[in-house]
Amino acid sequence: MMALDDRKTNFKYIGTRPDRPDGLDKVTGRARYGADIQAPGMLHGAIVRSPHAHARILKIDASKALALKGVKAVVTRADFPTGLTGEDWNLQENVMAGEKALYDGHAVAAVAASSALIARDAAKLVEVEYEPLPHVTDVDAAMRPDAPVIREGAADYSVPEGMHPNVVRRIEFGRGDMDAAFAEADEVLEATYRTEATHQGYIEPHACLAQLGADGKGELWCCTQGHWFVRRMCASVLGLDASQLRVTPSEIGGGFGGKTTIFIDPVALALSRKAGRPVKIVMSRSEVLRATGPTASASMDIKLGMKRDGTITAAQGTFRLQGGAFPGAPTAETMQCAFACYEIPAILEIGYDVITNRPKQAAYRAPGAPMGAFAAESAIDELCRRMGLDPLEVRLKNAVKEGSKSSYGPTYPRIGLVETLEAAKAHPHYSAPLGPNQGRGVASGYWFNWGGETSVSMAVSEDGTVQVSVGTPDIGGSRASMSLMAAEALGIPYENVRCNVVDTGALGVNEPTHGSRATYASGLATIEAAREIAGKLCQRAADKWGIDAEAVIWEDGCAKPSGPNAGDFPPMPIAEIAAEMGQTGGPISGHFEATPNGHGGSFGTHIVDIEVDPETGRTTVVRYTVVQDAGKAIHPAYVEGQFQGGAAQGIGWALNEEYIYGTDGRLQNPVFLDYRVPVASDLPMIDTVIVEVPNPGHPYGVRGVGETGITPPLPAIANAVAGATGVRLRQLPMTPPRILAAIQANG
Amino acid sequence: MSMMHVNTTVNGDEVEFLCDSRETLLDALRDRLGQMGAKEGCGTGDCGACSVTLDGRLVCSCLVLAAEAEGRQVGTVEGMAEDGGTLHPLQRKFIEHAALQCGICTPGILVAAKALLEQNPDPSETEIRYWLAGNLCRCTGYDKIVRAVLDAAAEMREDA
Amino acid sequence: MRYHTPSSFEEASEIAAAAPGITRILAGGTDVLVQLRADIVEPDDLIDIKRISGTGDITRSDDGGWVIGAAVPGVSLSEHAALCADWPGVVEGMALVGSTQVQGRATLTGNLCNGSPAADSVPGMIAAGAEVSVVGPQGPRRIAIESVPVGPGKISLAKGEIVTAIHLPSRGAQGGDAYERFIPRTEMDIAVVGVAVNLRRDGATITEARVAIGAVAPTPLLVPEAGAALVGSTLDDASLAALSEAVSAACNPIDDKRGTIEFRTHVAGVLAKRVARTAYDRAGDAK
Repeated sequence: MMALDDRKTNFKYIGTRPDRPDGLDKVTGRARYGADIQAPGMLHGAIVRSPHAHARILKIDASKALALKGVKAVVTRADFPTGLTGEDWNLQENVMAGEKALYDGHAVAAVAASSALIARDAAKLVEVEYEPLPHVTDVDAAMRPDAPVIREGAADYSVPEGMHPNVVRRIEFGRGDMDAAFAEADEVLEATYRTEATHQGYIEPHACLAQLGADGKGELWCCTQGHWFVRRMCASVLGLDASQLRVTPSEIGGGFGGKTTIFIDPVALALSRKAGRPVKIVMSRSEVLRATGPTASASMDIKLGMKRDGTITAAQGTFRLQGGAFPGAPTAETMQCAFACYEIPAILEIGYDVITNRPKQAAYRAPGAPMGAFAAESAIDELCRRMGLDPLEVRLKNAVKEGSKSSYGPTYPRIGLVETLEAAKAHPHYSAPLGPNQGRGVASGYWFNWGGETSVSMAVSEDGTVQVSVGTPDIGGSRASMSLMAAEALGIPYENVRCNVVDTGALGVNEPTHGSRATYASGLATIEAAREIAGKLCQRAADKWGIDAEAVIWEDGCAKPSGPNAGDFPPMPIAEIAAEMGQTGGPISGHFEATPNGHGGSFGTHIVDIEVDPETGRTTVVRYTVVQDAGKAIHPAYVEGQFQGGAAQGIGWALNEEYIYGTDGRLQNPVFLDYRVPVASDLPMIDTVIVEVPNPGHPYGVRGVGETGITPPLPAIANAVAGATGVRLRQLPMTPPRILAAIQANG
Repeated sequence: MSMMHVNTTVNGDEVEFLCDSRETLLDALRDRLGQMGAKEGCGTGDCGACSVTLDGRLVCSCLVLAAEAEGRQVGTVEGMAEDGGTLHPLQRKFIEHAALQCGICTPGILVAAKALLEQNPDPSETEIRYWLAGNLCRCTGYDKIVRAVLDAAAEMREDA
Repeated sequence: MRYHTPSSFEEASEIAAAAPGITRILAGGTDVLVQLRADIVEPDDLIDIKRISGTGDITRSDDGGWVIGAAVPGVSLSEHAALCADWPGVVEGMALVGSTQVQGRATLTGNLCNGSPAADSVPGMIAAGAEVSVVGPQGPRRIAIESVPVGPGKISLAKGEIVTAIHLPSRGAQGGDAYERFIPRTEMDIAVVGVAVNLRRDGATITEARVAIGAVAPTPLLVPEAGAALVGSTLDDASLAALSEAVSAACNPIDDKRGTIEFRTHVAGVLAKRVARTAYDRAGDAK
């Protein structure tokens, strides 16, 4: 999209660390999140959820609920249109069960009442008659011949005859002569690795306020990463015209991928349509954990061949992922990212997407990549330890670079893996001495990043300040980043830019803030919109000066003659042009819309020191360093924040977070007490090194940075535990009982 | 069910409200008094997003009944900045150190950190981490939060 | 739900005795309100005892022990220097319950009466030989801590009976106590295993010892064999091994989301040794 020559390298604002525009509201409690929105006459909704992992719904009797004073409406699947297919049907079935409840927590009915307490009381009065059915929640168990069938006909064409109906997709890719390549190896490792499902764990539960009239016109306020996605999905699920539904995003209290889909939104709309009043629904934490999308869990067989000099000769993997009761586990991403860091002559990967009686998985920060990295990067470390090789040297020896053919096909453009490995090797952390019972682990990781549909508008105000309208909700400081890029492109102070995340009625379609795309794609569009504005500003100056627009340049926030031949005019600042714009041609705005695809992938390398109590298996993260390629860090503090946040989530995934299902198929730990995310005292300071290998696909060289950081921690910690204890944990989470059992088994 | 009448003081202002006996102080602050700064992240005292002070003690407002606030002093994030809008040093340092991303945990962490500095003006990194262990943050990995609290404490000691 | 604020324990007891449905006592509320929010228990009558005079007090008793009111929050124990000097193990057990925020509310009495096998403050109180005073329709009585919990979520108090205070005995000379628990994180977890040791020394020799364990049986347990393993020793390796063995032998845990039987049994033995060393050192430091 953008030629390399267009890239700017001498920046005035980019790379500085100004205060975020949303900071004041957030530190004073004024910022309005999903649950903070109210409307006159508003009702409160509550959802009735299945206590069964798998059950036929025989009858729903809401008469007692409707008899409760204050109850205004009850909806079930009968209030939703029929005839949907494909992912639309999946979404509808997930937000409101039809014939069967497919997992513990699956919505089966909903109530709207005059207060939240009455709604909750009424939900308990809805009588649902179930016929419990056999269930399965484990991916390997769900593929066995005797596994209960969750839904016939869910599989696509890729699944061969004879596989269990729970296997809904099969993927295969590879290249090279596997037998010959393994024969070249001095050591071959074969091992099975498993990761458990984890939840994004955003602290803000899903919340929305909906209003839908009998005329099919609706308003929805909700916390989401992508309100156009919400609009399209709700319109599909409810049979509405997309343009008749306006969706406004609130401030968002964390998403990490989990707020790129819908759960309560269409239910609130359906209740509102039935009750004739606005309806607000706020999930409880247990609803979030039971019924919104966690990640997939994975079971993976790896075979890896390495020469004595560290050259990887061949890699083979079988990846089995379950993503809940619907197709959609990120199996392809797991496979593609597993060995994405290395040039491997022979590779064969086979993957399966399997359905189980669990909630529909949703995206979680680099969806699929951490599982593949755990398997591949652990296996590499196992061979390094077996042959006494330095794990960074081995990675450097095999690292992909510009022009390398990736394990999954495409040839890489300019990328920064080697630079992160060199920076990690040079970091004092890598050569620091270790204490007793401590081990050091390293691992690398990759995420593709994404461009996606993007639309941005920008307008000059009468005083020369500028407003930017973007459609990507700000989840990590992107309003600050957009403002910095607009300031840079227009040569005006950062403080003179206001960036707003606007509703679906104000812009064309924008994909969500996902795929680490916001700073890349909305940023690119912001810069292009600013360039359009700069051109118009130059035109106005040229008109006033009576010279050609081509003879005017935009520099430092002013129109200037391009050279002595253009004429001798003093620079004309943006404020001067803006003050007169009504008389000189009307409002000045810029606009850019595209589906940019020059997103550059981001590689990272992490170093971690872990101490293990040999008597209890308890782990302590002693030291942590993140090295990652940001392309160009627009606001370095927020880039560091992404690195640190990704590492912390990866640490949780590696050590303590997991979905625990009982033999009854019910989630055993739907509270933060037992779904153990890292707390402040669990973590050390997390050191960061921002590597900048500019992305040729962005005018300022930006690469998305949000997701890669969660990928290396899983294997890096397993590798450190191996160093500390001499035992290899191939199953996550590495809980104290598992580590202790491994130590004891090792004698 | 008949409502209960509660008189209490929030950030120094005398207020009264009606509530159901099952409503929590968090419910009352948000739904009855329009003080939306305290957030419900879990409702079970595990996340700290609803942190307030009750007669000066740091508590989770989701674990206090609204009726228990009768005759007591409640402090929320809305009361941290001075009248006129001058921010508390912690509020300034959180912005300066990029100690917040999504910001949903921020009000609770600020209230908790303020309670810490009032009883311990010179906390160590470890003391800060353990004091804030009941305030979950999923965005930052806590690094910049801890640094912001350390820096605010240092500034407040200098000004004291 | 009816919310009551009696001004005396007698009044509280009368309300509880007369209440027809589910009744709960509200002190710190950190269990009661969680159960209410999670739809586990919605009481018909909730009796808030914090308006009763003296429930928030920590007082020295005539025999040199301590009386801790039923509504004293954990933070008040941690801030009480003299109590911390006498019974550091009891205080540290309570201090491990929940977050800083929970410490502002949660009470020893509530932690006991919630009936959790994993209650962090209970092993320390058992090891200390603490008692509770109770009022009820049959009049007041005073009973040992270990007689209160009878099973997960179950306590021995009769309908209408309410705990008014915890009584800790006089510390006496050369005594020390300690409590440690195992959790996978550093904070915010329910104990997977908890061990408390309270002992007295004469010089280097242990003359009295009480050992109690939590989260490894349906209730917190006093383990007399473990105490006996220490008495007469100087906490040498043999006595520590005997202690560890006795503690592990007393464990009767379950496999659940927080830990396995094997893990709990093993770690109880490991912790017992560590806790005994701490208590021993504290007894040595004491006058």
